[in-house]
Amino acid sequence: MNVPDDLLYTETHEWIKREGENVRVGITDHAQSELTDVVYVELPKMDRQANAKEAVAVIESVKAASDIYAPVKGTVVEINKALEADPGLINREPYGQGWIFVLKIDNADDLKQLKDAEAYRKQIG
Amino acid sequence: MPQRKVHPFGFQGRGGSPNRPGAIEVNRPYLCYVARVTETAPQRTPFYDEHVRLGAKMIPFAGWLMPVQYTSIVEEHQAVRNNVGIFDISHMGQLVVEGAGAREWLNATLTNNIDKLAVGMGQYTFLLNERGGTIDDLIVYQIGDQKFLLVVNAARTEDDFAWLQKRLCAPIQIENRSADFGGVAIQGPRLLELFHALFGKDMQPPPRNAIAELPFDRTNVFVARTGYTGEDGIEVFFRATDAVKFWNATLEKGKPFGIKPCGLGARDTLRLEMCYPLNGSDLSPERNPIEAGLGTFVDLTKPDFIGRDALLKTKEIGSREKLVPFRMKEKGPPPRPHYAVFHNGERVGEVTSGTLSPSLNYGVGMAYIDAAHAKIGAEIDIEIRGQKFPAVIEKKPLYKKSAS
Repeated sequence: MNVPDDLLYTETHEWIKREGENVRVGITDHAQSELTDVVYVELPKMDRQANAKEAVAVIESVKAASDIYAPVKGTVVEINKALEADPGLINREPYGQGWIFVLKIDNADDLKQLKDAEAYRKQIG
Repeated sequence: MPQRKVHPFGFQGRGGSPNRPGAIEVNRPYLCYVARVTETAPQRTPFYDEHVRLGAKMIPFAGWLMPVQYTSIVEEHQAVRNNVGIFDISHMGQLVVEGAGAREWLNATLTNNIDKLAVGMGQYTFLLNERGGTIDDLIVYQIGDQKFLLVVNAARTEDDFAWLQKRLCAPIQIENRSADFGGVAIQGPRLLELFHALFGKDMQPPPRNAIAELPFDRTNVFVARTGYTGEDGIEVFFRATDAVKFWNATLEKGKPFGIKPCGLGARDTLRLEMCYPLNGSDLSPERNPIEAGLGTFVDLTKPDFIGRDALLKTKEIGSREKLVPFRMKEKGPPPRPHYAVFHNGERVGEVTSGTLSPSLNYGVGMAYIDAAHAKIGAEIDIEIRGQKFPAVIEKKPLYKKSAS
């Protein structure tokens, strides 16, 4: 399973990419392979403020709906509209075109709470 | 010619039947009674190691560890619609009822008319409580003069067995043979080709809804022309010790026909496109088969069966609610069980089954709706996470095979 070294991770299988004052968020290769067949993504509302571990988006596979959580406290500043037309991007390119939203983070120190690649690899076995 | 030494259920009928081509229409729910999940460690079917070897995601289901999918629900669904797929149905229960008067007794217990059966034939039927509510839906096969095989939902097996045993009168006997047998469903338009590859080109599968005992590799297996997918198909039952041999032979011989092992996920999307009910979701002890739109499997002209009086009352005053299939009008989130149904802002019902239909690429489902609104073509709204999405009530089935 692909777990890029340069990303951060949550226990709930989101990946986080630092981009200055913002973070880009998606779900990991492991998560998309567990869900398979993503058929619908409910994106967060722009400018929404969210606390860490607050559900902000929903990914629906054929079988079930899964919540996607904000990894740290922040404000939604960008959402991936391409997922509305092509939710399968999450399956095909989980770390690329399948990103879900960008969060402007309140406090960069919060990122220290997240897992590095090695810790996440250990989590998924 | 292979020897016929094993007789799984002591079948007394003939060995084979002429084939009558045509799609299977009468099918039965094989997923099970989700509301009743046992607390004990789930059992493993004879195919457990094969599922793991094939990379299946295993989930506890009705007291069994079952594959929910191997690669992808959509891929497995399409394999069954376009080619052929194999499902593990070993979790299903097998009860054998036997003895003088077994026919009359079963006819007074189950809803369909068993007098329509002859040896080697089967029918879809219901076991009801006194209120007319559904305890289980099942297929009963006549396998001898006074011998019947009941194939029941996995999670219901023990309760069905206890319920039937309590009402039994001598010399009729009932036996729970579920632990001794494994089973698979082989479903899809390329079924016949695969059948001949497995059983020989001179052998014919039984006609629709019939059952036959056929020789297979020095043993005998039960082959029924039934399924839960809307495609042509068979369900095969064999001794647990023969299970892996049959599974691997089917996957090997099925390769040229594009066979895929298929899990419970695809089983659910396939049955829902056909509007076949799932006990525990669309059927329950609080719902009767008439409300569920399955009155054709209930013979009210029979003098008596458990639940008959309650059903006659329902017929007389009409059902308060009806189970209807619906389709979402726009692309959007798929409907799921327990979502509320609205009509002009007023709550009129609740979804019992829902998914994204891989064949139609739209959300589809079934819901119990106030009878006044349960009309084909009626517009409804499904509430999903606080937002209403438009849907329309459809005719059964939701998916129709295009004329070829």
